[in-house]
Amino acid sequence: MTRVVISGMGVIAPNAHGLNDYEYALREGKSGLRHYEKLEELKFGCQVAGVPQGVDELSTKYFSKEALMAMNSNMIYAAIAGIDCWKDAGFNIPESGDETVDWETGAIIGTGIGGLDTVGGKLVPGTDAGKARRLGSTIVEQIMSSSVSARLTGFMGLGGQVTTNSSACTTGTEAVIDAFHKVRGGQFKRMIAGGSEGSSHYIWAGFDAMRVLNRGHNETPKQASRPMSASAGGFIPGSGAGVLMVESLYSAQERGARIYAEILGGQVNCGGQRNGGTMTAPNPEGVQRCIKGALQMANLRPNQVNAISGHLTATMADPQEVDNWCKALETTPSAFPTINSTKSMIGHGLGAAGGLECVAAVLQLQKGFMHGSLNCEDLHPELEAYAESIPHQTKEMDINIMAKASFGFGDVNGCVIFKKWGT
Amino acid sequence: MERSEILNKVKEILEPYVKNEEAFGNINEDTSILDDLQVNSARLVDIILAFEDEFDIEVDDEAADQVGTIGDAIELIHGQIN
Repeated sequence: MTRVVISGMGVIAPNAHGLNDYEYALREGKSGLRHYEKLEELKFGCQVAGVPQGVDELSTKYFSKEALMAMNSNMIYAAIAGIDCWKDAGFNIPESGDETVDWETGAIIGTGIGGLDTVGGKLVPGTDAGKARRLGSTIVEQIMSSSVSARLTGFMGLGGQVTTNSSACTTGTEAVIDAFHKVRGGQFKRMIAGGSEGSSHYIWAGFDAMRVLNRGHNETPKQASRPMSASAGGFIPGSGAGVLMVESLYSAQERGARIYAEILGGQVNCGGQRNGGTMTAPNPEGVQRCIKGALQMANLRPNQVNAISGHLTATMADPQEVDNWCKALETTPSAFPTINSTKSMIGHGLGAAGGLECVAAVLQLQKGFMHGSLNCEDLHPELEAYAESIPHQTKEMDINIMAKASFGFGDVNGCVIFKKWGT
Repeated sequence: MERSEILNKVKEILEPYVKNEEAFGNINEDTSILDDLQVNSARLVDIILAFEDEFDIEVDDEAADQVGTIGDAIELIHGQIN
C-alpha cells in the first residue's frame, strides 16, 4: 500500500487565520469566543459563538467581486483555508484564463449543516414572498451540500474526485480519513481534505433549542467553552475551516514537498444507535472499536500513542469519551497519554471541527507541544484520576504518535492516527 | 434618461462580471455581453435583475432573452423608462 503524508495545511479559525497565527493562538491559549448581540437580540439561551475575525476584508484579497456575490460564509471559509493549504503545499493558484486541469488531485471538503445563512437570509424569505423568480442565479451553488468543495476546487482547476462528505461533527475528520484511503489505494496522487462550517444563527438555533449549548457564560465568553470541567454546561458553536493536503509519500518526495506528518491509519464507523447509542449519544463499543481499528491499521500497539486530540465538546459526554479512550488504549488513568481539547479555545466547529482540530493536531505533533485546555481547572470528578494527562498550559513535549478522533450525531465516529515525520 | 446615462449605469452593473477588461474599456453599443465582455452566461439572470432594480422596470423572460449586446440592453431599458 502507498504511504500517505500531510504536505500542506490551511486554517481559518475563530482565534486565528493561517498556520503561524493558529500555532501561536494554540500555544498562548487564545480564545476565539465572543458574545454576539445578534444572538442576544434573538433571545438565544447561548449568546456566545466562535466566528473567524476580519473575514470581510480578507475575502476581498482572496476573491473577485463576482465570486463573492455567490459565496456564503461556509464557502468563503472553505476556500480561504483550501487556497492557503494549496499554496502551503507548494502549488500556485492559476491565473485567470489558464485552462489547465490537474487530473491527479481531488478534494473532499465536508460540511455538517451547510449554507443556512443563504437559506434563511435569501431562499426562504424570497420564495415565501412569491419572488422565486427574483432569487438570482447564485442560490443553488450556495445551498447545495457540495458548495464548499465545488467552489474551492474551481480556483485550482482540480480534476480528480471533488465531493463533500457530511457526517455531523465527525465530518472533517472523516474527510481526512476518506482522502487517506483514496490516496493509499492509489486512486489519486493527492487530495485536499477537511471540513468547513459557516457562521449563522440559523445553524445554531436548533442546538440552542436542544439545550446542548452553554447558557451560563454569556457575559464571560472566553470562559464559556469548558471541556472536561465539572462546570461544563454545554458546547459553544464555532465556525471556520481546516484543510489538509493528503498526498502519497512518493508524490510528495518526488516534488520535494515539505512533509508535516504521516497518516498511519484511520477508521470510520457507527455505533448503530444501539447499546446506549442514539441519534445524539455514542455507543461506547462503537467508539472503542473505531479507535482500535485505526490503531490496528496503523500497526501500532495501544501504548505507542503519546497524545490525543479529543473530540471533547464540554457536554456530559466528555468523561465517557475519556473512559472510551482509556479502554480502547487498554491503559489506566495513571498511564494515560496527554489529552487536550482545542474546542476550549474555538468552540465546536460542527462540520469544521475535525478539519480545524486535525490541523491543530498535526501542528502540535510537528512542533512538539500540547496546547493547554482552557477552563477545566475544576476537572470533572470522573476525570480527576486523569489530571496528570490534562495540561492547562501549553506543554512542550516530543510526540511521536498523535490520535485524533471526532464523533457526531447519528452515533458516527472517526479516528485518525498521525505520526511525526522523520522519526 | 439619456442613452449615455443608461450606458454608465449598465457599465456599473456589469463591471464585477466582466472577464475581458480591454473590451470593457472599449465598450460601445455593439459590444456583446457574452462574447466580448466574456460574462458567465449563468449571471445574465442577475444582471437583468439588477437592471430591474436600478431602473425600476420589469423585464419579462422573452425580453431578457433578446439582450445580446450593450445596445440591446440600453434599448430595452430606454424603451421601458421613457
